[in-house]
Amino acid sequence: MEILTQPWPWYIAGPIIGLMVPIMLLISGRQFGFSENLRHICASCNVANVEFFNYDWKAKGGWNLMFSVGVILGGFIGGYLLANPDPVELSAAAIEKLQGFGLTNFDGFVPAELFTWGALQSNPSLWAVLGIGGFLVGFGTRYAGGCTSGHAISGLSNLQLASLIAVIGFFAGGLLMTYLILPNII
Amino acid sequence: MRAKDLITFFILGIFFGFILMKAEVISWFRIQEMFFFDSFHMYGVIGSAIVVGAIGIQWIKKSNVKDSDGNPITIPPKDPKQVTRYIVGGSIFGLGWSLIGACPAPMFTLVGAGATVFVVPILTAILGTYVYGLVRHQLPH
Repeated sequence: MEILTQPWPWYIAGPIIGLMVPIMLLISGRQFGFSENLRHICASCNVANVEFFNYDWKAKGGWNLMFSVGVILGGFIGGYLLANPDPVELSAAAIEKLQGFGLTNFDGFVPAELFTWGALQSNPSLWAVLGIGGFLVGFGTRYAGGCTSGHAISGLSNLQLASLIAVIGFFAGGLLMTYLILPNII
Repeated sequence: MRAKDLITFFILGIFFGFILMKAEVISWFRIQEMFFFDSFHMYGVIGSAIVVGAIGIQWIKKSNVKDSDGNPITIPPKDPKQVTRYIVGGSIFGLGWSLIGACPAPMFTLVGAGATVFVVPILTAILGTYVYGLVRHQLPH
């Protein structure tokens, strides 16, 4: 039971995540990539009849949408039923920097001071943080043609130069946010 | 889609969501730690995933193995000439990834794990995707 509640080291979890790529190809020639689901959801309710979303989303994305429902359930099992009771074991250096951001609570997976309904109630500007963050992820991932799974893992596994460029972009944006923007907004 | 495939991918999704939780890659804290370069953890997860994925793909290509329906497996290449979309789109994605500490799959996982505020970024990510579909012809790729 212990092994199901404790966090797994990178050298166990990483290779299992990597196995998703060949497993999906072998099941039915599908390419591992999660953000396509956001497009399929748009296609399922394409109110403005945008041509980019005019396709048979059930045929093209049914498998991936089922995968995404499974991902929610997997989160429930791994993060709720079998949750790790201890905080994430962050490095001391990272904790010090996050304390510099003004954070004091390092329990759970996400900072309770930012990403809980209670925090949103006491600081309504956090709605904008979550809303804008999600928008940037959704817009950026489709513009770039993939997310962490589609580009960083699927694409780099297939030695795609395009994915390498995209991952460099992911880091350019991420570093800009972490070093220059986040310290000033939280 | 046949029911068999839908069930298979549903189970695979459960498995994937579980692994994401145990790897802690869905943690906002871990994402910041990665961008601080203060821990090898995230690089180890992503790096070892790529190595295993690459070995799997090479094996599939070399062995000419068929998928479970007996169809040949082809992986369409991504066009490396569209540099602008990857750099600009990737950077926009990166800004959001760091801000909320979650890329698309982790948003879904976090909701399952009880961090239900992440329905907010899921909805705006869908909106962002829709807006991209609306304006994509005006954007440089």
